[in-house]
Amino acid sequence: MIEYISGLLVIIGSFFCLVASVGLIRLPDVLTRMHAATKAGSLGAGLLVTAHALLYQQLGISLRAVTIVALLLFTAPVAAHLIGRTAYRSGEALSDRTWVDELKGQNNSLDDSPPD
Amino acid sequence: MMPGEAFLSAAVQAAMVMLLIGMVMVLFRLAKGPGAADRVIAMDLLSVLVVAFLVVLSIHTRETTYMDVAIAYACIAFLGTIALVRFIHRASVQKQHRRTKKTAGRSLPNHSGEENHD
Repeated sequence: MIEYISGLLVIIGSFFCLVASVGLIRLPDVLTRMHAATKAGSLGAGLLVTAHALLYQQLGISLRAVTIVALLLFTAPVAAHLIGRTAYRSGEALSDRTWVDELKGQNNSLDDSPPD
Repeated sequence: MMPGEAFLSAAVQAAMVMLLIGMVMVLFRLAKGPGAADRVIAMDLLSVLVVAFLVVLSIHTRETTYMDVAIAYACIAFLGTIALVRFIHRASVQKQHRRTKKTAGRSLPNHSGEENHD
């Protein structure tokens, strides 16, 4: 029984990883690509790690799985935030279909606050 | 072979195929991507996909050591992404300073001090 649940989680997780890659190819500008890559990629990898932990059901394996999921969930937003901030402030072009840009006209200079 | 194990093995093989297709698409974006930020995003997603593939490989070979490899790789990939983003940031700060220097005809005062190494 646990093999069926685990196999289903494996398929769903790798499908989300594939969706993240498709989003990286298809979406029009940097910020939307960053959005697709971070969210869907983290979810897919997290589901795969959960499937692995469910399959073994040992303390050591589960601790490793929790560590991997925590690393992914803590580091992905930080990296995405830094990439998006640097890309916007260095003047990467937004998509043609962008109709709300709340940062336009504000202080977007690069060197008043370096990303430390 | 039990039917559950057969299903799990088929699922693992399908997952490997999907992850490899995803890696090929990410590599396409890494080669093509118009800006440096696109390439950094592609590197970031590629590292996540490698972690996912290591976990699937750990299920496939029944070798749990791959989980430790995945932990180490996730740490190092984050550091690499941060280093690349800081590199892009510093390069665009220098570019902006050159541009403003050319239009204003004089050098700007230095705010943060980190872009004056050359």
